[in-house]
Amino acid sequence: MHKDVNMVYRNIRISGSDPRSISATVVGVAVTVVLCLGALAPVARVLGGARPASVRLAWDSFHGEFHVGLDPLSAVFLLPILVVSPLAAVYGGCYLYSFRGRKSLVAAWLPFNLFVAGMIMVVIARTAIVFMTAWEIMSLSTFFLVAFEDENAEPRRAGWIYLVASHLGAAFLFAMFMLIGGRAGGLDFDDFARLPARGPVWSGVIFGLALVGFGAKAGLVPLHAWLPEAHPAAPSHVSALMSGVMIKLGLYGLLRVVGFLGRPAPWWGPTLATLGLLSALFAVALALHQRDAKRVLAYSSIENMGLIALALGLGLWAMAKGAPEPAVMAISAGLLHVWNHAIMKSLMFLAAGCVLHGTGERNIEKLGGLMKRMPWTGGAMMAGAVAIAALPPMNGFTSKWMIYMSLLKWGLSTDGGGLPALLGAGLLALVGGLVAITFVRLAGIVLLGSPRTTDAANAHESSWWMLAPMMILLGLCLGAAVAPGALAGLFSGAVAQITAGDRTTAARVILPPLGTLGATNALVIAMLAAAMGGMAALTRVATTGPTWGCGYAAPSSRIQYTGGSFAATVALKLLPRVLRPRISQIAPRGLFPARALFHSDSPDPLTTRVYEPFFQRMGDRFSRLRVLQQGQVNVYLGYIVVVLLVTLAWAAFRGGWGRS
Amino acid sequence: MAEILDPILITALALNFVALGVSRVKGAVNAVALQGILLGTLPLLVHPEIHPRGIVLVVVTIALKGYVLPWFLLHAMREANIRHEVNPVVGYKSSLFLGAVGTGLAIVYSSTLPLASEHAGMLFVPASLATVWTGFLLLTTRREAIMQVLGYLVLENGLFVFGVLLLEAMPFLVEAGVLLDLFTAVFVMGIIIHQIGREFSSISTEHLSELKE
Repeated sequence: MHKDVNMVYRNIRISGSDPRSISATVVGVAVTVVLCLGALAPVARVLGGARPASVRLAWDSFHGEFHVGLDPLSAVFLLPILVVSPLAAVYGGCYLYSFRGRKSLVAAWLPFNLFVAGMIMVVIARTAIVFMTAWEIMSLSTFFLVAFEDENAEPRRAGWIYLVASHLGAAFLFAMFMLIGGRAGGLDFDDFARLPARGPVWSGVIFGLALVGFGAKAGLVPLHAWLPEAHPAAPSHVSALMSGVMIKLGLYGLLRVVGFLGRPAPWWGPTLATLGLLSALFAVALALHQRDAKRVLAYSSIENMGLIALALGLGLWAMAKGAPEPAVMAISAGLLHVWNHAIMKSLMFLAAGCVLHGTGERNIEKLGGLMKRMPWTGGAMMAGAVAIAALPPMNGFTSKWMIYMSLLKWGLSTDGGGLPALLGAGLLALVGGLVAITFVRLAGIVLLGSPRTTDAANAHESSWWMLAPMMILLGLCLGAAVAPGALAGLFSGAVAQITAGDRTTAARVILPPLGTLGATNALVIAMLAAAMGGMAALTRVATTGPTWGCGYAAPSSRIQYTGGSFAATVALKLLPRVLRPRISQIAPRGLFPARALFHSDSPDPLTTRVYEPFFQRMGDRFSRLRVLQQGQVNVYLGYIVVVLLVTLAWAAFRGGWGRS
Repeated sequence: MAEILDPILITALALNFVALGVSRVKGAVNAVALQGILLGTLPLLVHPEIHPRGIVLVVVTIALKGYVLPWFLLHAMREANIRHEVNPVVGYKSSLFLGAVGTGLAIVYSSTLPLASEHAGMLFVPASLATVWTGFLLLTTRREAIMQVLGYLVLENGLFVFGVLLLEAMPFLVEAGVLLDLFTAVFVMGIIIHQIGREFSSISTEHLSELKE
């Protein structure tokens, strides 16, 4: 009997390295890598100032033509897709390979490739039909990726929430495209661009629909509920791609549609900026006290999307008031942050994936001391944390600095944003402080100190297949920090396209400050590197010994700061009550405390207080309709007959055949 | 033209009533097969100068509706030991009555439709609507899976009659209709697997082997 079990186990192991898993991995990775690297050349040409291109194909038995195109705006959003996807694919090849034998890897690679292709199609689509088809492919394929580990309850729940949220968002987009199409007389984006005169109410409705539909994908509060569920549940390379790249396509869609509507109305920009700032504040407050490392990163994504929305909102605001220079500055800041966030958030998710891979743990309270055990991952995570916390000298700092500059410039210019914009700069500083605490906590608790569990103590470094993509991303982050001017030059075509200006003006406004900033970053990086090198040389012969135990007789790793205690001051004192973690405790009492208990939980207040009760009530209400579900084919067919007869009768009595 | 077409359509309508009123499954299958063959010839009669692609269409339609699907149904019935009596939810007389009412309404209704002038006087549209109605009646009032497949076929025949009118304008649509027949074939497969599942409380392919020659 025992032998049989062993045999079965061995068979599983053998089938684990079967040719199917290997071929699925090789093909899955190769398709994405070849596709993306092949597409980089035309994108680079358009970014460099080449003329936009487009392709039209006759499309049998469908509305309109198949129409795709590449212009600077598409190219700016294609760049992160084409750079991050192959890196995520190579990483994922190694990451997913540990699932072989237990799960079909084809079920992971098919949706992954569809996901990448869908994102590319979304950005190059030039008719509403191609756009929405690609949009749905992107959403559905990521549903399968989020729910990849469907043997666990959490990914199933996350996948379900994601599916519902995506479709609610898509419903708004359908309504929006139908409204525009009805007015424009076609579903081609060229028809949209030639929209006839439009009233402010109509444009406002379109903007509102776009804001809800695309905002749900971009994770803007209050439409973010799916994001902190889906991103942690997905495999890490997918989280990197979703968080780093996919959610930005929401903002791409918004920019594309706003481009059809002519000059923005005065209220659009402030609305988008306020929404962005609120998202950033809300998300960072929750990121501060999450225990799941990937959830921290997911909330940080919402925060960064908020920052980009803030910048783009400022740009629209300045465009509405006819101030080209602040508009160019703000839009450049937003696009620069799109790229910066894409690479640094991917880096962080990949690093978190390495930690998960090496320890099997996402809960930061059970990690610790990983810097010694996983030096490469630890180093990458540390640098990524500096970048994402927007601290100099990394790339996150450059784009955030530009957002500050835009706020100040717009607030101080005559007939500009005035006090609200300056107030925004203050709130942005609050966000910046909280982000810094969040990432000091994340990196500090996970990487420093001593391990809190045996899993963390036995952590192993990942293979180079996983580390190399991270190192490339780290290199890109450093590059973006040192040469922000070069990037902004590449993006100036898109800025000119959005602000309806020209490329040289755009470059003239943004390049000088960025040149100085890049040089400063380079100097600081060089000094840091020199200092670290010097320290390493000096401490080569240092002796190692236990950490000072503060005078305790038997210190253990449990007397370290925990993630909870590190954030306690801010989380429990500073945050408004709704955003605080929920704590239930029985405090130890007396000289010989007997029973003590502490439990804290960081749920999303909007999810637990608004969405869950709402959907619960809706579910209860609609459960009365269950009587219609009889499980009998005849009855269902009967419903069809009834509907058919009613429709025919209605058509007959209305008498409107062909005469309307 | 109408002197050949109208008898065919009237026969097809009469076969609707046969399918509704007959108590043996086999009789209903034969009636539907005959209806399929009759209606399959319509494209040739309506459009004598038909495209070669159209001839293929006619041959495939007749083969599928007149021979392949009925043979498949009868064969499966024999092998899977399905009862030969129809067990209707609504009795035969009531079914016939409902069918007659539906046919009458179809004729009245189609006279209110704004048809193209060359189609106005013909029986095509009422026959199509009445046949669709009969299909729905069979689908909703018969319990057996096989009878539901038949209902589906009758429904499809009704749609086909309508499609013949559009053969010139939208050949694609009619071809899609033939594809729908293929879908029916798959549907039949599904039903039979379901039937086997109910008989043997498993859908193992071992039991499917009973279906082979």
